[in-house]
Amino acid sequence: MNIVVCVKQIPDPAEPGALDPNTKTLKRDGKLILDESDSYGVEMALQLADAAGGGEVTLVSMAPNSETSGLRTALAMGAAKSVLVSDPALSGTDALGTAKILAAAIKRVEGADLILTATESSDGYTGTVPEQIAELLGLPSITFAKSIAIDGGTVKVQRQTEAGYDECEAPLPAVVSVTAGVVEPRYPSFKGIMAAKSKPVDEVDCAALGIDPGSVGWAGGGQEIVTVEAAPAREAGEVVEDDGTGFEKIVAFLDNLKVI
Amino acid sequence: MALSKIWVLAEAADGKVATSTLEILTKARTLADTVECVYGGGDADAIAGTLGAHGASKVLATGDLTGRLAGVPVASAIAAAVAAGTGPDAVIAATSYDGRDIMGRLSVKLDKTVITNNVDLEVDGDSLVTTEPVFGGSTLVKTKFTAGGPYLVLVRPKSFAAEESGGGAAAVDTLAVPDTGATGTAKVVNRHVEERTGPSLDEAAIVVSGGRGLGEAAKYEMIEDLAKLLGGAPGASRAIVDAGWVPYSYQVGQTGKVVKPTVYIAAGISGATQHMVGMKGSKNIIAINKDAEAPIFSIADLGIVGDVHKVLPALLDALKARG
Repeated sequence: MNIVVCVKQIPDPAEPGALDPNTKTLKRDGKLILDESDSYGVEMALQLADAAGGGEVTLVSMAPNSETSGLRTALAMGAAKSVLVSDPALSGTDALGTAKILAAAIKRVEGADLILTATESSDGYTGTVPEQIAELLGLPSITFAKSIAIDGGTVKVQRQTEAGYDECEAPLPAVVSVTAGVVEPRYPSFKGIMAAKSKPVDEVDCAALGIDPGSVGWAGGGQEIVTVEAAPAREAGEVVEDDGTGFEKIVAFLDNLKVI
Repeated sequence: MALSKIWVLAEAADGKVATSTLEILTKARTLADTVECVYGGGDADAIAGTLGAHGASKVLATGDLTGRLAGVPVASAIAAAVAAGTGPDAVIAATSYDGRDIMGRLSVKLDKTVITNNVDLEVDGDSLVTTEPVFGGSTLVKTKFTAGGPYLVLVRPKSFAAEESGGGAAAVDTLAVPDTGATGTAKVVNRHVEERTGPSLDEAAIVVSGGRGLGEAAKYEMIEDLAKLLGGAPGASRAIVDAGWVPYSYQVGQTGKVVKPTVYIAAGISGATQHMVGMKGSKNIIAINKDAEAPIFSIADLGIVGDVHKVLPALLDALKARG
C-alpha cells in the first residue's frame, strides 16, 4: 500500500500574517511549519500503510524556496520520503497552478495506490486543490473524509455531509481529502526526528516536471489584486470581571434582546 | 455594465433549496442580464418555483445523481456546455461540500482559475471583481479576473441577504452529463442522516460555541445544553475540532462555517483570527473567557472575564429556573 500525502508548509498561524506590499501575496519569508491540517493526512496514511501490512508513505509538497522544516516534521512522524517542488517561479501560484504542480510531482512517485490531502490549507483555504489534483490525474475522488478503510482494491470512506455522512467508495488509485481531528497525529519520537534528517527529499523545479513556469505563479493565475483595504472594525462592548454574578449579566443581555 | 449570463449552482435537499443558493441568486441578478441555475439532481420541478422567485429564468438539471458524488458529473456537464458554446460568462457556487468539489473539477476541465471564499462581487467592464476577507476578516482583498471567462467563483454563505425578485417558476431544461470515465467511479453506497433536535448551525438564531477553554471533551456537553435551552445550535472553534472533540461540521471559522446569528456565545474561545472570520458578522456577541487579554473581547458586545466552568453552570441553572 503506497500512499502519497500532499502537505503544505505555511507561516506559523500563531504569528500575525502580513501581505507583501509589492506582490500582495502572503509573506512567507519567516520560518515555515507543517500545516496542522496536513498532520491528519500523514497520520491516516501511516495507519493505513500499517494496516495493509506494508508500503511507503511519500510526501509531496511545493514551496517557492527550498524550505524543508515542515517536511522534516512529517518525515519524523514516519513518512519514508518526500518530493519537494521548489522554484522561485511558484510565488503567487493559485489553487489550480498548485494542483498542476502537485499532480506532476505525484506522477514521479511510482505505484501510488492512494493520494491523501487535507480538506483545505490553513493559510489559503481554497478547499479546491484535492478535486483539482484528482481531475488532473484522471482519478476518482472522495472529499471530506471522516474515516478511511482499504478493502482490497477499493477505498471506503465516510464523507462528511450537511445532514450527517455518506458511505462512499472508489476503486484505487483515488484521491481522498481528510477532515481535521479524525485521527490523533502522533508526536515524532526522538528516534523519528533523528531518522528524518537523513530521509530523502527529492527536490525538483518546474522544468524538471515539464511545467512551463509561465503557467504557474502570478503570471498563470489569470487574476490580479485590485485593492487591499482594512475592513470596518467592530467595536468592543462591555467587559466585566466575573465575581460570581457574571451569568446574571448574560441573562439580562439575552432578556433585553427578547431571545429568552 | 452587466455580464450576459451567469450560472448559479443550485443545491437542495428533500425539495428544499439551500439558503446559500438563494443568497447567490439574489446577488447574481444584479450582475447579469440572464441568471440560470445548474442543478445536480432529478427533482428540478420541485425547486423551479423557488429558484424562479429568486431570479433564475431556467434550471438546467443533470437528472438523478443518486449513488454519485456531485463533483464529477456536474462539472462535466457544465464543461460540455462551455465546449459547445452554450456556457455562461461566470459560474458561481457556495462554499459547501459539493460546491467546492464541483468548482475544483470544473476549473481543471476549463483550465480557469477559481477564486474562493468571496463575500462580495461586482462587475468591472466585461470582468468580475471579487472580495475576499483575509486575516480574520480585518483586511479585504479585491481580485479581478484577467484571463477571460467563464469566471469561476466560490462565495461564502451569508454574504448576501436572499430576496425574492417576483419572478415566475424557472423553466426546467436538461444539462446532459457526458461519460465521466475513471474519474466518475466514486460511489455513494449509503447515506446517514444524523438526528438533530435543534436548528442547523447555518440557520440558528442563537449559536453557542465552545473552545479549548472547556478543558476536556466531556465539558462540551455544557455547550450543547445551553444551545438546546436557548433553541440554538452548538458550534466549535477549530482547536477542539482538531482535537477530535466534535466533528468538522461543527466548526465555525475560516476553514469552517460562517454564521451570523442574532446572538453568538463564545465560551472558552480566545478568538484566533481563524475563528473570528466565521462569526464576527453576528448581530450580538457574548464572550466568556478567563483571559482578559483574549482577542475575542475586542469584538464582544458583552464580555465576561471568568471561568467557563463556573459561569456556564450558573447560566444553565438560571435559564432552567426561568422555565
